[in-house]
Amino acid sequence: MSKTIVPIGPYHPLQEEPEFFTLTVEGEEVVDIDVRLGYNHRGIEKLSESRSFDQTVFLVERICGICSTSHPYACVRAVEDLFPMDVPERARYIRTIIAEGERIHSHLLWLGLAGHFLGYNTVYMWVWKLREEILDCMEILTGNRNNYAMFKPGGVRRDVRAEDIPTVLRKIDSIVPTLEMIKAAVLDDPVLQARLKGVGILSRQAAVEYSAVGPTARASGIGKDVRKDCAYGVYDRIDWNVVTGRNGDVWDKLVVRVLELFESIKIIRQCLEGLPSGEIDARIADYPAGEGIGHIEAPRGETFHYIRSDGTNRPVRHKVRAPTYMNLPTFKETVKGANLADATIILAAIDPCYCCTERMAVRTPEGRKLMGGYDLVRLSREKTERLRKELGA
Amino acid sequence: MSRTEERENVLNTLHRRFGAGIIEFADRSPRRVYLEIKPESVCEVADYLFHTLEARFNTASATDTPAAVEILYHFTLERFGLVISLRVELDRGAPAVDSLACCFPAAEWIEREIHELFGVDFRGHPDLRRLLLPEQWPEGVHPLRRDYQEWDSEAVRTRGV
Repeated sequence: MSKTIVPIGPYHPLQEEPEFFTLTVEGEEVVDIDVRLGYNHRGIEKLSESRSFDQTVFLVERICGICSTSHPYACVRAVEDLFPMDVPERARYIRTIIAEGERIHSHLLWLGLAGHFLGYNTVYMWVWKLREEILDCMEILTGNRNNYAMFKPGGVRRDVRAEDIPTVLRKIDSIVPTLEMIKAAVLDDPVLQARLKGVGILSRQAAVEYSAVGPTARASGIGKDVRKDCAYGVYDRIDWNVVTGRNGDVWDKLVVRVLELFESIKIIRQCLEGLPSGEIDARIADYPAGEGIGHIEAPRGETFHYIRSDGTNRPVRHKVRAPTYMNLPTFKETVKGANLADATIILAAIDPCYCCTERMAVRTPEGRKLMGGYDLVRLSREKTERLRKELGA
Repeated sequence: MSRTEERENVLNTLHRRFGAGIIEFADRSPRRVYLEIKPESVCEVADYLFHTLEARFNTASATDTPAAVEILYHFTLERFGLVISLRVELDRGAPAVDSLACCFPAAEWIEREIHELFGVDFRGHPDLRRLLLPEQWPEGVHPLRRDYQEWDSEAVRTRGV
């Protein structure tokens, strides 16, 4: 059978991160994939060299709009790694609360999008409505729904007010029943199971070889989580579990994320209830020369920052590695051999700061046929619909 | 055996095994070890870390210093909560080092990135195409090198660089 190239991307108004996928298909089967990046290369590592350490945190907060705390968190940890220093207890609690709130809203965002791609718009609407509650909590705690500007080397910028804690606890408790309902509805759905189980499998071995991170790796049975392994914040003194899957398919990635929501709620609740009083900032005066590494578990996996200082107030080198950078190349394993209708959800399953769409051109020997990104989503939904009929659901 | 003892053991073994290739061994803190090694031993040390010790490859970071182009390969040993960073220093004139992408695919992208941003030649890399820079970017111009000069006069005008 002749091979056809299906380009996806790189630009679409709905897509905040342009990426360009080239799928090689034989009939309906995807036989190869190539990813092209760099359409949104902003030179942030270079920019950072002209910012002071305080400003650098603001700069990296703008790398990603969804997980806007993961880069500042990794960055301040890299700066704090320059010297032996202790971050005040209360600041560590507040940092943990913000990071987990972000994980909840980021996972909910993904779950909604996954539902959307599969033709489950009810899931999409439920989940995004729920996400608003979390964003409200973040606004109460930080003053912002996103880009919280809470982190600074040595502590946090803003204290949590005691009178807000009951409100936030109440809000968080109020979403649990709905979340339980969504969990049951999604995880017991026979159509979703038929649609996602065995699709886009990333084997344990491949996940190790590609050094995949976050839920992508945990779904393949690798129980690695920076929060447990290289504990920071207060993750080592509260009760929570690392969620792992077994099969590495899209289904397990979904299950891992859904169950992680409950762990995050557990963490936030314990942090808010046990929030100690005291200072929130260690007040760093001078930055020593040296080098530091900061890595934290962002919603999508480990975010890694490396900073070198020459003793002035700005870094001479600042390396940023986002989790998707490690997870994207796993497409080579997961998409090959898949059906074209499954490509969208497999590409979305690693939760890249958004996936495919825009235009796609199917080049056939007879001529050129142009398809929109929506056509790809339609293809995906039609498959769900077909399964739904077959299963009589 | 306690975690600390086991950590000691692993580091001692590393020291014994690759002693000839190690220039400096810096055990900076319980969570950070920096290992400066000779560029020619990078593959065997990295391979040992990745496949024998089952460390996870985090990423690599290059820095252009006045003396050399320096690459740090970061690995995490989860069982000790330890990050081991391998440092190699390469000649600024024609920086080249063996590719780790042959040992494990996780290094493929970051080497492509360092190749275009710093001009380091990774010998034996399966696919050293560009990753981030646009197609029209000229060959041999590496934006994260200290001697980088803005090459696109039009960009200076429109972007106001």
